[in-house]
Amino acid sequence: MTTTNNHFTEADSVKKQPLDDGPDWSFSLLETYMEEIEKVAAFYKLDSYPNQIEVITAEQMMDAYAGIGMPIGYTHWSFGKRFIETEQGYRRGQMGLAYEIVINSDPCIAYLMEENTITMQALVMAHASFGHNSFFKNNYLFKTWTDASSIIDYLVFAKNYIHECELKFGVEQVELTLDSCHALMNYGVDRYKRPAEVSFKEEKMRQKDRESYLQSQVNDLWRTVPKNRDEQKHNQQVNFPNEPQENILYFIEKNAPLLEPWQREIVRIVRKMAQYFYPQKQTQVMNEGWATFWHYTILNHMFDEGTVTDRFMLEFLQSHTGVVAQPAYNSPYYSGINPYALGFNMFVDIRRICENPTEEDKKWFPDIAGSDWLTTVTFAMENFKDESFISQYLSPKIIRDFKLFSILDDDSCNKLSVSAIHDDRGYHLIREKLSQQYNLSNIEPNIQVQRVDINGDRSLTLRYVPNKRIPLGGSNEEVLKHLHRLWGFDISLEQVDASGKIIKLSQCPPPSEDSKMTTL
Amino acid sequence: MANFIDRRLNAKGKSTVNRQRFIERYKKQIKKSVSEAVTRRSVTDIDKGEKISIPTRDISEPIFHQGQGGIRERVHPGNDQFNQGDQIERPKGGGAGEGSGEGEASNTGEGKDEFLFEISNDEYLELLFEDLALPDLQQTNAKQMVEFETYRAGFTNVGVPANINIVRSLRSSHARRIAMTAGKKKQLAELKSKLNELENTPGTQAEIIMDLKQQIEDLQKKIDSVPFIDSFDLRFNNFAKREKPSSQAVMFCLMDVSGSMDQATKDMAKRFYILLYLFLTQTYKNLEVVYIRHHTQAKEVDEHEFFYSQETGGTIVSSALNLMHEIQQERYPADEWNIYAAQASDGDNWADDSPACRQLLAEKILPVSRYFSYIEITRRAHQTLWREYEALQEQFGNIAVQHIKEVNDIYPVFRELFKKQPS
Repeated sequence: MTTTNNHFTEADSVKKQPLDDGPDWSFSLLETYMEEIEKVAAFYKLDSYPNQIEVITAEQMMDAYAGIGMPIGYTHWSFGKRFIETEQGYRRGQMGLAYEIVINSDPCIAYLMEENTITMQALVMAHASFGHNSFFKNNYLFKTWTDASSIIDYLVFAKNYIHECELKFGVEQVELTLDSCHALMNYGVDRYKRPAEVSFKEEKMRQKDRESYLQSQVNDLWRTVPKNRDEQKHNQQVNFPNEPQENILYFIEKNAPLLEPWQREIVRIVRKMAQYFYPQKQTQVMNEGWATFWHYTILNHMFDEGTVTDRFMLEFLQSHTGVVAQPAYNSPYYSGINPYALGFNMFVDIRRICENPTEEDKKWFPDIAGSDWLTTVTFAMENFKDESFISQYLSPKIIRDFKLFSILDDDSCNKLSVSAIHDDRGYHLIREKLSQQYNLSNIEPNIQVQRVDINGDRSLTLRYVPNKRIPLGGSNEEVLKHLHRLWGFDISLEQVDASGKIIKLSQCPPPSEDSKMTTL
Repeated sequence: MANFIDRRLNAKGKSTVNRQRFIERYKKQIKKSVSEAVTRRSVTDIDKGEKISIPTRDISEPIFHQGQGGIRERVHPGNDQFNQGDQIERPKGGGAGEGSGEGEASNTGEGKDEFLFEISNDEYLELLFEDLALPDLQQTNAKQMVEFETYRAGFTNVGVPANINIVRSLRSSHARRIAMTAGKKKQLAELKSKLNELENTPGTQAEIIMDLKQQIEDLQKKIDSVPFIDSFDLRFNNFAKREKPSSQAVMFCLMDVSGSMDQATKDMAKRFYILLYLFLTQTYKNLEVVYIRHHTQAKEVDEHEFFYSQETGGTIVSSALNLMHEIQQERYPADEWNIYAAQASDGDNWADDSPACRQLLAEKILPVSRYFSYIEITRRAHQTLWREYEALQEQFGNIAVQHIKEVNDIYPVFRELFKKQPS
């Protein structure tokens, strides 16, 4: 183990009486630990939302799990399924429950599980209430995409709204709409463009929220009153939408001709959820790495100060080691790169580069080698997402420590080939490949709304642009059915390949015989 | 400073609604799973929940995702043998980390094929009996055998000497004596003190003293004449009898295991027995099951042998009825046990035997049984046995004959058998 901040040890450890190390905890003990952790966090200038810590039972933790970590969720069968899965997994002992769940809100809510020891509670508080919390507050993605102060209110609104809809329009109708929205949830965010400034966005939201206004816009688009001929001619030439639209749910919300106002609001709710989770999807490694880095740094600092006992430290280190373990590719426990391990080691490495740079580091990271580590890690946390963070900070040392290697799987070749390993020739390539692995636009198929035949049969065409010839998975017809439910008219999906050739992938409803019935 | 909140006492089961929604939504699949479970479970094993498995593809939430193929390049940790440019055989099946994208593997159906979970016993029975409206059946079930039990029912003023309650009787005698003598005793005391006064007063007339003495004597007589105990005082322990439905029943399962009965037919019969068993457990605390299988000869067997052993040969139904009657006479006297019987057959019987069956039922079995149900599982035309039983149906109220063609018929038939009977 490496202890940090040795310069504190001597003076403080002598006079200080360490805190009770349990293993049982009490609320007053939790508060004492929290105070100490808070002091250390302030020492490192961690800027976070106020904390709210809620102690819950294992069962409640499973509830929280099922609601994908939302403290308040609307009712939907898929959460029930998730709950059953969690419960089964937990009962069979296949998985332990997470020690903590933390909500990106202001105040930042962290859940502690009743049955943990005081050591674990302290770890979780340092991890969630200061690590994740400061990440939520300062990372640029969270700042641009989420509004921590209003999320709880919005969740309450969403839950009530959906409940009211169920009462008014029937559980089934609401469920169908939600199912369809969930199928397209990944396409409810603007991936390739930044959202507008928050203040402007809010202004616009308030304006657009009025259902009547929304509906009037839609009505305008679908006006069927005959226009004079010139106008008609003009219209036919105009493509709608002008440019391909990546945010399919937004497009539906604004333009679907047959949706009821309440359905539009539900589409909007799901879209907002997608947006809320979008930054989390893109910052897994950083977020977990940052939180792990801080629980490690804070608790070690407390140990050096003599605030916690040896026993506390041993228990902490054991569980910390488990969290940041990285099984090798051929281990039965291997399931991809552990974001905790990668993120934690990268932050530790950045600090090392700042404090004790080697010749190699000076060559690779001339800007940060020898700089103030706290400023540097904070800057890294604030201004990157996984993809850019890795391409910026993954050092040859980490590549060597992890023994990373890259496998190229080209389905036109019979064999896989090793494209790079942890050697001089491979560092750059591995860094690039690993970074791309976290690029959401490489993971999620690029599908956009290509055109709508507004003057004809109102059919909507999606276009899939494959990345590296990777085809679309088999469930796309099911998804089209959901889209068809929302849009109300024919949906087709086409693919454009590298040579620019357009192929029709599928259609909903599937083309029936020769008669193309349009029921308008 | 952080704000600590203890939420442990908050309602758990925030997900209950969602769970119910899930079960509601996949009722069809779950019911399928439940009905498969029926075949797998023992007839008497109804006290536990059931593991349900639903094909994952049925409950997956579709999303757009990448398929297999194309060019992929992935970084893995822990290199122990590779050099740049090495060629590796493509692993068959889902090689480590070669899934389709981060964390989506389970959505693409690569992970588990089955979604497994457990439903509680109540949920299981509810699903199993959903079409059957069992609660109705509970109230309208077949007649039960009645036992009487004596219980203490307070006290009465009349009864046999053996039941006299001494404490209560003496208590009321005491009360009566106080009530009847209080006034007189007071008067007596007054007279006595007066007499005393007069006797100590010189010059009192002797007549007055004599008169007083006389009065005192009369009063004393009256007081003494109040009896120590009167029939009026007697209290008797009261015992009453009430009807008690007999809590024990025996269920005879009779089945033809001759060559003509295949496993599918037996499975159908098994469901029928399970239903009957469940139905009877709602009513009786102690329920025994006797399995009798027969071809040309009948034999009492255990459950496993009953359902899963195959015999060849002809069929003589009366052998089973005879055996049932013997077992009943010997072990389950009709005045202590509620007797139910369920017979399943494909209708085959040796033609000469059918009238014998009818006679056996009419004379020996039906008079002592609560209910005898016969189900014929066949797609062919009915044979002699059916006709004989049908004739019995007109004569007796406690025999039911039903025809089952396929599994789906079982619930309706069962319902028909145990529908409310005009009492």
